[in-house]
Amino acid sequence: MPSMNRRTALATMAGALASAALPVRAQSKAAGPMKVGYVYVSPIGDAGWTYQHDIGRKQMEAALAGKVTTKYIESVPEGADAERVIRELAQSGHQMIFTTSFGYMNPTIKVAQSFPKVHFEHATGYKTAPNVGIYNARFYEGRYLAGIVAGRMTKTNVAGYVAAFPIPEVVMGINAFTRGMRSVNPKAEMKVVWISSWFDPGKERTAAETLISQGADVVTHHTDSTAVVQAAEAKGVYAVSYHSDMSKYGPKAQLTGVTHVWGEYYTKTVTAAVEGKWKPGSIWGGIKDHMIKLAPFNAAVPASVRDEVGKIEAAIGAGKFHPFTGPVKDNEGKERLASGKVIDDATLGKMDYYVEGVQGKLPASK
Amino acid sequence: MDTVAQLVILTLAAGTPLVFAALGELVTEKAGVLNLGVEGMMLVGAVVAFIVASTSGSPWLGVAAGMAAGAVVSMIFAVVALSLMANQVATGLALSLFGIGLSAFVGLDFVSVVIEGIKPLAIRGLSDLPVVGQLLFGHNPLVYLSFVLFAAVQAFLYRSRAGLVLRAVGESPQSAHAIGYPVIAIRYAAVFFGGACSGLAGAYLSVAYTPLWVEGMVAGRGWIALALVVFATWKPWRVLAGAYLFGGVTLAQFQAQASGSAIPAQYLSMLPYLATIVVLAVISRDTVTIRLNAPASLGKPFHPAG
Repeated sequence: MPSMNRRTALATMAGALASAALPVRAQSKAAGPMKVGYVYVSPIGDAGWTYQHDIGRKQMEAALAGKVTTKYIESVPEGADAERVIRELAQSGHQMIFTTSFGYMNPTIKVAQSFPKVHFEHATGYKTAPNVGIYNARFYEGRYLAGIVAGRMTKTNVAGYVAAFPIPEVVMGINAFTRGMRSVNPKAEMKVVWISSWFDPGKERTAAETLISQGADVVTHHTDSTAVVQAAEAKGVYAVSYHSDMSKYGPKAQLTGVTHVWGEYYTKTVTAAVEGKWKPGSIWGGIKDHMIKLAPFNAAVPASVRDEVGKIEAAIGAGKFHPFTGPVKDNEGKERLASGKVIDDATLGKMDYYVEGVQGKLPASK
Repeated sequence: MDTVAQLVILTLAAGTPLVFAALGELVTEKAGVLNLGVEGMMLVGAVVAFIVASTSGSPWLGVAAGMAAGAVVSMIFAVVALSLMANQVATGLALSLFGIGLSAFVGLDFVSVVIEGIKPLAIRGLSDLPVVGQLLFGHNPLVYLSFVLFAAVQAFLYRSRAGLVLRAVGESPQSAHAIGYPVIAIRYAAVFFGGACSGLAGAYLSVAYTPLWVEGMVAGRGWIALALVVFATWKPWRVLAGAYLFGGVTLAQFQAQASGSAIPAQYLSMLPYLATIVVLAVISRDTVTIRLNAPASLGKPFHPAG
């Protein structure tokens, strides 16, 4: 289980580690396949966060054919509705339930208390319980690699980032991308536009066009639709997709994409549950655990760049390189990490500054 | 100068769906009917336009189909609210919820489809002229259609006899009925027009502005259009100004962010809403004008027997 030793030491996850050591009650084996439930925050659609989870669910179901049946509920709003949906899944005999959005954290913990024999796994949160594990992916590793591609391909030395909300996870992605880009092209700068929405194709498109009109010739996004890649295609510039491979929407534009791969992890943890060996984990997996993968390269990306990215990818996978290795300076010139040091997960999880090379001021910073 | 042209083009592009939907709703409300189903009708228009555009290969056919679809669902509202005299607010809200669900269901098989949308004009010679070329001839064809719609609505309401009758129905349906006008039929027509315009607004989003279909892609623009009509005190030119102001400020704040502005993005994202409300509230501050322009019977059911 490679991801078990990736168990993170995020301060907020400290409680999780304590509880992970607790023994799990023996599972009363029901006859027939195990019922596994998934709760999705948005419609599955054809690309995006939920779409990737659903691919993972299908892979897991195929790998464990005959041993499990799965059910999913999509477009479940975060909040009170989520608790009702999760409770219904538990009541209808689902022995393992994946809740795949940050806002399901409290409802998941609450329902888990009433169903101590059901296994819960919550994506991207930080609260755990004797029957609630958490899992997330190190998206920033993929961002760094994509940044290298962008740094090599940009001609204007300006990249653009359409971002949703200034939370650490998004900021981490902007910073990792920028560091990757500047590791090969120190002249390159990053422009960021926050659209205050996870999903609004119209705004995403307008923001992308704004960035392009200000000289960005590689754009990427941390929002949920394909609009940014489409805007790049229409304007004849490059794009890096996020969540999913969106080359269909921008065959010429998409250089690569930072994609989430959950199937392997789902297969592993559900197998453990089926065998009665499941323990609540606190997983933060990356390239090493195959949770993050780059989408196939555009034909325009030269072999030398592919090799370069491949080498760094291998180094990250082997644990020999971390995208946030000092010196890390913020964009006001203050040193945030001394030379040679590697950022720890707790600090990473609270990132609230832009690194050198990002223009503007981070909305959350004072 | 090129950036100015870009800004104008992007502003008009962002404001156009609001212009379509708000002008349609304005005509509906001028007849005394409050249809809160704009968001739902836009989504239905968007999904039908996308489906027809992708299966027929013709985005223009898609636009026509989107208009028709918006008009058809608006008739559900008309039957319930006008003939059966149900509460208009409740019926309109129900129509919005229905439209959101229906469009998601109908569009299920089309989320992964890629289409060639309607592209901005590129007239050889004209669009390449320096500065004015892009400014005058570089817009999406549907943007020009929105100008035509504006002129038509303005002329219809204030320069035509039919428009006068429509406004009379909105002011005092009893009087209009007493002198022999078919109040219910006229209101049906106004709702139908509003539905078609909402459908057109949705079609613009799904086949021209961002050629794709995803559930909920209208993302609240229907509600903004509704608010625009009220803040613009039911005057077409103010609706137009409000829509472009909203689009323009949205864009300006993106520009500010991309240029590395030090103002926190949260304040900037508030700006479009704030600016639109403030400006429209200021130009509409005269209460007499509001009383003169607000349709007196707005939202009240009418029965010929009184």
